[in-house]
Amino acid sequence: MSENTSDLMLSTAHLTMKFGGLTAVSDLNLEIRKNEIVGLIGPNGAGKTTAFNVITGMYYPTEGKVLFKGRNITGLKPHSITALGIARTFQNIRLFKEMSVLENVLVACHMSINTGIFGATLHLPGYRSRESEARRFSMELLEKVGLVHLAYEKGTSLPYGQQRRLEIVRALATKPKILLLDEPAAGMNPQESRELMDFIRKIRDEFDLTIFLIEHHMQVVMGVCEHMYVLDYGVTIAHGDPASIQKNPKVIEAYLGVD
Amino acid sequence: MKATTGKRPFALTRNRLLTIIALAAFAVLAIIANSFFDAFMLRVFNMCAIYIVLALSLNLLNGFTGLFSLGHAGFMAVGAYVCALLTMTPELKEMNYFLVPIVPWLRNITIPFLPAILIAGLASAFVGFLIGAPVLRLRDDYLAIATLGFGEIIRVLITNAQPITNGAQGLKGLPRYATTFSVWVAAGLVTLFMVLLMRSSYGRAMKAVRDDELAAEAMGINVFRVKVTSFTVSSFLAGVGGALLGHMITTIDPKMFTFMLTFNILLIVVLGGIGSISGSVISAIVVTILMEALRFLDEPMNLIFFKTEGLPGLRMVVFSILLMVMVIYRQRGLMGNKEFSWDMLQGLFVKKGRKEGDHV
Amino acid sequence: MTLSLLFQHIVNALSLGSLYALIAIGYTMVYGILRLINFAHGDVFMLGAYVAFYGITLVSLPWWAALLVSIAFTALFGIGLERVAYKPLRDSPRISIMISAIGASFLLESLAVLIFGGRPKGVPVPDVLSKVIHFGSVSMITISLIIPLFTFALLGVLVWIVNKTKTGMAMRAVSTDIEAARLMAVDVNKVVSFTFGIGSLLAAFGGIMWSFKYPQLNPLMGMMPGLKCFIAAVIGGIGSIGGAVMGGFLLGIIEIMIVAFLPTLSGYRDAFAFILLIVVLLVKPTGLLGKRQAEKV
Repeated sequence: MSENTSDLMLSTAHLTMKFGGLTAVSDLNLEIRKNEIVGLIGPNGAGKTTAFNVITGMYYPTEGKVLFKGRNITGLKPHSITALGIARTFQNIRLFKEMSVLENVLVACHMSINTGIFGATLHLPGYRSRESEARRFSMELLEKVGLVHLAYEKGTSLPYGQQRRLEIVRALATKPKILLLDEPAAGMNPQESRELMDFIRKIRDEFDLTIFLIEHHMQVVMGVCEHMYVLDYGVTIAHGDPASIQKNPKVIEAYLGVD
Repeated sequence: MKATTGKRPFALTRNRLLTIIALAAFAVLAIIANSFFDAFMLRVFNMCAIYIVLALSLNLLNGFTGLFSLGHAGFMAVGAYVCALLTMTPELKEMNYFLVPIVPWLRNITIPFLPAILIAGLASAFVGFLIGAPVLRLRDDYLAIATLGFGEIIRVLITNAQPITNGAQGLKGLPRYATTFSVWVAAGLVTLFMVLLMRSSYGRAMKAVRDDELAAEAMGINVFRVKVTSFTVSSFLAGVGGALLGHMITTIDPKMFTFMLTFNILLIVVLGGIGSISGSVISAIVVTILMEALRFLDEPMNLIFFKTEGLPGLRMVVFSILLMVMVIYRQRGLMGNKEFSWDMLQGLFVKKGRKEGDHV
Repeated sequence: MTLSLLFQHIVNALSLGSLYALIAIGYTMVYGILRLINFAHGDVFMLGAYVAFYGITLVSLPWWAALLVSIAFTALFGIGLERVAYKPLRDSPRISIMISAIGASFLLESLAVLIFGGRPKGVPVPDVLSKVIHFGSVSMITISLIIPLFTFALLGVLVWIVNKTKTGMAMRAVSTDIEAARLMAVDVNKVVSFTFGIGSLLAAFGGIMWSFKYPQLNPLMGMMPGLKCFIAAVIGGIGSIGGAVMGGFLLGIIEIMIVAFLPTLSGYRDAFAFILLIVVLLVKPTGLLGKRQAEKV
């Protein structure tokens, strides 16, 4: 993409999501630029995951729009949104429980294999070459994140931290432009969290990604995020660079008694 | 060693050799069965093949895509009727339709078995597609009950569409095209098809939908399309199975295709292991033989010391209990979701050997 | 169509609807609490009818005593069924518990064939219930009037139990959130047993009344009514007792009226319920009175 077009990757306009009487997200206006690492933080129940679900098409917003590289993607099915280049992970890890590590990643390649069911079943040459390409690509990804020696283990039998990594690799296998990570550091100790943040920075550079991540503990992402949005009860109470967020009295108030 | 064999796809490894030997042995068995078994035993033997087709088609839905469907008998009925109407001669049709004459456009069609069975499968697949598109938006038990409902609706329609299906009288004297050769070739092809499908990216997509719909969708899989595809393919196989069944028994009527038939297939799938191809194959053979072997339970018995009256119903009591015990105590069935392999068999013996060694 | 004929159809529709409602309640209560389709419920209905039949013919009990004995027996039987077939699977995947329910249904049907015999049996209908009464030009059998009356009385008692008693409160708590109820020291097992007891009791009453209205028994007699009543419960909004009653009456009325006014379609009688079910599921998947539950991601 040339330099003169806008480098705006993902944005939302007046995004609102109501469940019955409860407004989970209200008037959210995001602007995420190419190659940025942006954080969405806030106390429990602030509507962070709901915002993710609306962006990725799992919910249809009550009001507002989601734009991806300037294109309106509101109301598209989740799989179409993934196909456009938005991948996500889940807060409560959702690996395919009967599958090996490699298969988990291969599932994410189904889209790019893109052969008819008969071609695939009969293993016609066209399918074969794409399948072996997908296998090579998946192994390469696993190699890069240090999971290749576990490729044939069951995904859900891995230790917790590696399951989180596998979820990220699986999302990467859909060849995204922007990666949405839902509390990637949940359940990790400070040391592991720091390693994870380095890892996130590393994949951003290596895969030319934009990253949007949810975190509940502000401190964890202070170092890695270039820009932050703070939600409280669905309302955006602050946004800006980490230093200004840290000093913002509204943010301190929202977090008081939480952290 | 593993690495080298992996690179030569057509190398004759020990396991491949064993598979070839096993298949050859089976072919010999089939030839022996065909020439030396009496009519009843041969029928049971061939019934096994048909139940393999039916069990695999239900397992594709229940086991591999995680869709609990209970309407299988309906799709079998569609296949059986379409195939029968295509293969029966005009004279045969005339003899069957003595109450209400057959519609003119069907009277003179008679085509060979192979195209007829394929058209039967396609017709069933088409019905499956039409039903699947709305119904597959439902989940779990709602899907189960809706498919059960559609199965019943198909049956009621067949009963009432007298000029086409001959209604409750059914169709009698179908040509006995489902020979030992044709049913076992069908079973072999369907098994091969399932193995290849499950090894392809479509198979992985189906399993992903089974394991976690939401995550599958997030990985760019069009979950709804995968479900409809699976449902349509399964209906195709059910139609083929129904057609084979009709041409083996040579009589079909709407009463054959009740929920009872779906229950039998479900029993096979659950006992064999939900999500295991080899489990379904083994279980289809075992259950079919047991079903016939236990027929004596329903009939009067003479046990030297005492005689019993016939106990009709006892056979199904045994099978219902078997199903419940399996679900309650060994939920994963015979094979779980694993597949049979020669290494597994070897593992079984080696383990046994070691245990025996411990005692010494 | 004369007015008197129409009136007769209405009475018939109400009595069939009452029977459907009685059975549908059992489905809806069990589903509300365990999220389980109790496939064997239709067979519990059949069992109730057979027990009363043998009470009258073998033991020569008066019909009302046979009714009471059968109801008590069937209620205990329902509780036992849950203990044996469903309780071990309470934490299993829903497919497993559904398979067990289907197995239980077939087990009861084949046991009935084994014990009661496969041939249909004629039911001796007590004179009080088969009397023909006349209202002007309208004549009808007493049983058709008694069924709706008893049904409404039983419904009144049920509503009182669910809304006013402690057990009813526990039932509602369990159906809202089984884990939270357990934490609040509700004895979940007791509540589940109670629910199966009540559901089976109503089904037995329905079965006996059914056998007096359509005086023939066979081991598979519960299958179709069972399926239809489950459908009635889904149409009304499964989990809601009011919905089950509404669905039951709706189904009964539609069935009788279609057969009455469009006799050419009577061959499709058993398909109506399923068609209605599919339409409702596609238009309003939670049923007419069901609550919408947002799915958690």
